[in-house]
Amino acid sequence: MEWETVIGLEVHAQLATKSKIFSGSSTTFGAEPNIQASALDLAMPGTLPTPNEEAFRYAIMFGLAIGAKIAKTSVFERKNYFYPDLPKGYQTTQLEKPIVGSGKIEIELSSGAKKTIRIHHAHLEEDAGKSLHEDFEDMTGVDLNRAGTPLIEIVSEPDISNAEEAIAFAKKLHSIVTSLGICDGEMSQGSMRFDVNISIRRPGEDLGTRTETKNLNSFKFMEDAISMEVERQIYLIEDGEKIIQETRLYNGDTKESRSLRSKEEANDYRYFPCPDLLPVVIEDDYIEKIRKSLPELPDARYHRFIQQYELSAYDASILSSDRAIGQYFETAVKTSGDIKLTVNWILGGLSARLNDANLLINLSPVKAEQLAGMIFRIHDGTISGKMAKQVFDAMWSGDGDADTIIKARGLKQVSDDKAIEVLVNEVLAGNPTQVSEFCKAEETKRSKMLGYFVGQIMKASKGQANPKQVNDILLQKLNGLP
Amino acid sequence: MAINYTDIEKLAELARIQLNDATIAETTQSIADVLSLVDRLNAIDTKNVDPMAHPTDAIQCLRSDNVTEVNQREAFQVIAPCTKNGLYLVPKVID
Repeated sequence: MEWETVIGLEVHAQLATKSKIFSGSSTTFGAEPNIQASALDLAMPGTLPTPNEEAFRYAIMFGLAIGAKIAKTSVFERKNYFYPDLPKGYQTTQLEKPIVGSGKIEIELSSGAKKTIRIHHAHLEEDAGKSLHEDFEDMTGVDLNRAGTPLIEIVSEPDISNAEEAIAFAKKLHSIVTSLGICDGEMSQGSMRFDVNISIRRPGEDLGTRTETKNLNSFKFMEDAISMEVERQIYLIEDGEKIIQETRLYNGDTKESRSLRSKEEANDYRYFPCPDLLPVVIEDDYIEKIRKSLPELPDARYHRFIQQYELSAYDASILSSDRAIGQYFETAVKTSGDIKLTVNWILGGLSARLNDANLLINLSPVKAEQLAGMIFRIHDGTISGKMAKQVFDAMWSGDGDADTIIKARGLKQVSDDKAIEVLVNEVLAGNPTQVSEFCKAEETKRSKMLGYFVGQIMKASKGQANPKQVNDILLQKLNGLP
Repeated sequence: MAINYTDIEKLAELARIQLNDATIAETTQSIADVLSLVDRLNAIDTKNVDPMAHPTDAIQCLRSDNVTEVNQREAFQVIAPCTKNGLYLVPKVID
């Protein structure tokens, strides 16, 4: 019999504020342990929290982007549990009155079909610190730099039916928060983390017992974890067993999941309104001001890119998904003179180098203007595609702009018909046997033989002849032979 | 609202407080007394009253997003029982 999968997502996105949600500590990633943990972050007695306005502004931006109602009054609550990386013994979060109410997000599937996923709500809360279990015998190391980093937790309705939809939804959320500039979206650094609630049922039946797989920090892991959990649940039920409501942890390296804790025994967070914080009141004017200053959202940018630059749907979806990539593309294309080449270089050579170096595009050593300068020189025939790779490498290493590098290395492509003709004549004269074989050969074999001459000519030009012109002139000459 | 021995046992476990049998019994009684007061309050009709998140009517002030704290790790770690390489060390916890 068929099984139906029901999935809901809880997504934690770290907000890109400079300071923490309740203290003036820095939120910079990768600092030495505990140097960004103040007395408040350490839960020292006598400290009192003051919320960061920017965290509210970012949460409101997100709410407006998904068409949600913004709560005029929102309240922080304490979620009580014990863990060493949570020094207060509770997480300050929102439960009854979150800042962002229900909204919706549209996703597009590979079939081209569209689906709306409802958002239940999104709330503000603080991140916990980090526990390091591996490095110390019998001890756990605690780094509280992350403690108090502002998060929005985005909670979807269980509207998702399979892994493909879950990934599409997660990518859309990623694209929205990065386009808004409220989260850097660096999943490998934990800036966005996905918890997936999964249950299965027979069509038409009530919802089954769900499990939660926590802290998935890549789209690939999410896909694997969902497939694995659905299979596990089907196997258990068909074997006559029951699903236990529990939290599971997926290990992307070993591709295994294990039970973390059973929710039945410990799911008692004893929430209550935080007495240290008053209700936060947001005025209509303030919301309207934010609404008016919202940056372009990915959907709008996607359609604009197709219309304005005549990009393919595929290219447009990648270039519009992230604000920084979109900006890079638009800056480059302004002066590069060639849209197609610009797209190819950004999605090809540049992306590959950025991935290898684990860099975001806005930190690229090759700036958009520099890439454009290089593409312009390919476009106007000064350099070949092969030379461009050299120029790109040199720009990446900080040797300056394309024109400087081209000049310094004498990379100019020979595009002068006369000069190329001289080379062609020389090579043909130097290879009489091959020429006469070419003339006798059948048409089908000629293209392969042609490659030999092109190779010789390029060699003679030290790789600097324009390959297209070499081809044209060579053909002209050979076809002109008796 | 009634509260019994098992409730207190569970709350103590959640709050990581170790109580012996006698103390649990005693605590059960005193919390039951407090809750009977709550029951009396519950008799009041609050149908048209919004629950308050805080006893005062004031609203929260927000701060602007500036880094104002400096690194005081050394001072903080003086009172920590155990540290290494800048980390606070605690007895091993595994989920």
